[in-house]
Amino acid sequence: MAEKLYIEALREGLREELLRDEKVFLLGEDIGIYGGAFGVTKGLVQEFGEERIIDTPISEQAITGIAVGAAVAGMRPVVEIMFFDFLTLAMDQLINQGAKIRYMFGGKAKVPMVVRAPMGCGTGAAAQHSQSFPGVFAHFPGLKVVMPSTPYDVKGLIKAAIRDDNPVLFAEHKLLYRVKGEVPDDEYVLPLGKADVKRKGNDVTVVAGSIMVLRALEAAKELEKEGIDVEVVDPRTLKPLDMKTIIDSVKKTGRVLIVEDDPVSFGWGAEIAAGIVGSEAFDYLDAPVKRLGGLDIPIPYNPNLERHAVPQVEDIVKAVKDLLR
Amino acid sequence: MELTAEKKLWMYRKMYEIRCFELEVDKLFKANMIWGTCHLSVGEEATAVGAIAALEKDDMITSTHRGHGHCIAKGGKLPQMFAELLGKETGYCRGRGGSMHIADIETGNLGANGIVGGGIPIATGAALASKMKKDGKVTLCFFGDGANNQGVFHESLNIASLWKLPVVYVCENNQYGMSVAFKKSTAAENVADRAAAYNMPGEIVDGNDVEAVYFAVKKAVDRARRGEGPSLIEAKTYRWLGHSKSDANVYRTKEEIEEWKKKCPIKRYRAKLVEEGVATEEELDKIEKEVEGEIQEAIEYAKNSPEPSVEDIADGVYA
Repeated sequence: MAEKLYIEALREGLREELLRDEKVFLLGEDIGIYGGAFGVTKGLVQEFGEERIIDTPISEQAITGIAVGAAVAGMRPVVEIMFFDFLTLAMDQLINQGAKIRYMFGGKAKVPMVVRAPMGCGTGAAAQHSQSFPGVFAHFPGLKVVMPSTPYDVKGLIKAAIRDDNPVLFAEHKLLYRVKGEVPDDEYVLPLGKADVKRKGNDVTVVAGSIMVLRALEAAKELEKEGIDVEVVDPRTLKPLDMKTIIDSVKKTGRVLIVEDDPVSFGWGAEIAAGIVGSEAFDYLDAPVKRLGGLDIPIPYNPNLERHAVPQVEDIVKAVKDLLR
Repeated sequence: MELTAEKKLWMYRKMYEIRCFELEVDKLFKANMIWGTCHLSVGEEATAVGAIAALEKDDMITSTHRGHGHCIAKGGKLPQMFAELLGKETGYCRGRGGSMHIADIETGNLGANGIVGGGIPIATGAALASKMKKDGKVTLCFFGDGANNQGVFHESLNIASLWKLPVVYVCENNQYGMSVAFKKSTAAENVADRAAAYNMPGEIVDGNDVEAVYFAVKKAVDRARRGEGPSLIEAKTYRWLGHSKSDANVYRTKEEIEEWKKKCPIKRYRAKLVEEGVATEEELDKIEKEVEGEIQEAIEYAKNSPEPSVEDIADGVYA
């Protein structure tokens, strides 16, 4: 076990898959010698060459479509979209083509591709470079959606995503890139569709994804001082979604807060809330299901406004206390 | 470059097969046996057949919403095609795709597409896969004149040329994007003129002359296979019938349609084959009879095929 940054663990996962399978290749804007806008692919072009670490023109729709075509023709492309917001430019190829091809063709084609994109605010990049909306993609049949929160998870899940025979959207919160965590030295792959209990507790369940897992864990530490025992559940993949782990946790605690970085209205938190109240966990609820998420606004530039646009540790602390009132 | 008699007769047969297929689809549609919509390529048979005749068996294509002809020319089986149009379990897509999504990965047909221009980057990506795998395959990308104004056309052709990908872009310019005339939609005089912007060869060809299409595409395919990069070929042709099943043809005149019918690619080729002594009228009649028989058998197969089961409705969403 060694302490590694999220970005290093992610890069290691990519590197191991590039070494393992020659069908795997990366393509995206500035991912070669520049190493990607956030440095995820740094050093890979030196090791694997320009044929497998491909710098593309600024053409998100074509890059994504090229990945679809290459995948159908037997390769395993991994696309980097420079900012999550730019996925809107690639929607036709990702949704109408990549996600639907297999079903439309009667189950006779495979589209093994990954689209990675850094999301989230907290860097002052304003409205067109800061939004988190992985929940949108979970709405489309045919896609899988992954949003790892720790260095351990990101490595194991990128490897699983690359090996999966379906198009996978891989959402990386950019504030996570510099977060450290334990990563095993030996090879491992994590399954898609398995939630992880990041902290055990008995009083309240906090279901949090991506960056919100870290904030929920910090909030749990503070609440512990006041004798409140919080369980933090990280779905890790939105699609497939492991409701069972969430339901089991709620049955134990009887109270649940869902925290997402997506705008809260019509967000994935609502899907999980509905899953809880529609399950046997309903009978165990001692308080209404509570949700926290981004405000219904584009991400603002001013640092103080930006901070208030999405849930922070203190918001989670307050919401948990409200649940226990 | 010479065409063998065998290849010429194959081209005649395939064009006739497409014509019969489309006219039967029209009948089935009018008889309410086909659900939804479909886009027929009557009058455009020479572009599909001439272009695909220039490919090797293992080469790949991407097709369009007007894709029945491409599928047939690429070796698609008529019974499975009719079955798909009738929404049957035995269809190419198990009744999940219909007219706009027929694909046959096994014969290298990466699929028709309901999105105008949607197949252009997919073909480009398939060509990238071939380049990386060094499998020697070429991908042929069909699209219409409407697609040449989609942004992804520009993005894809730029990349294909930059990376010297083994892909050939074949624009079937049938003069109308649904109802809007080519001249009203496109600032360039010809689609092929746009090739210059991507530093690739651009060629205009008579899309109703199957051999002309063949030779133009063959040159481009050979070039692509040699690793010299993509080409853009514009085949000028005409769709005789409406855009889709709801089209009353209010945007063009009967005279215009009749003018183009005089340039029927099948009649023209028939006359040429007889004149050249490749086949007699009787021999060509025999081919036509055979094709008509196959079409009827295929329709029977489709009619007698089972409906997909509702229990399996979610099959194939994920691998």
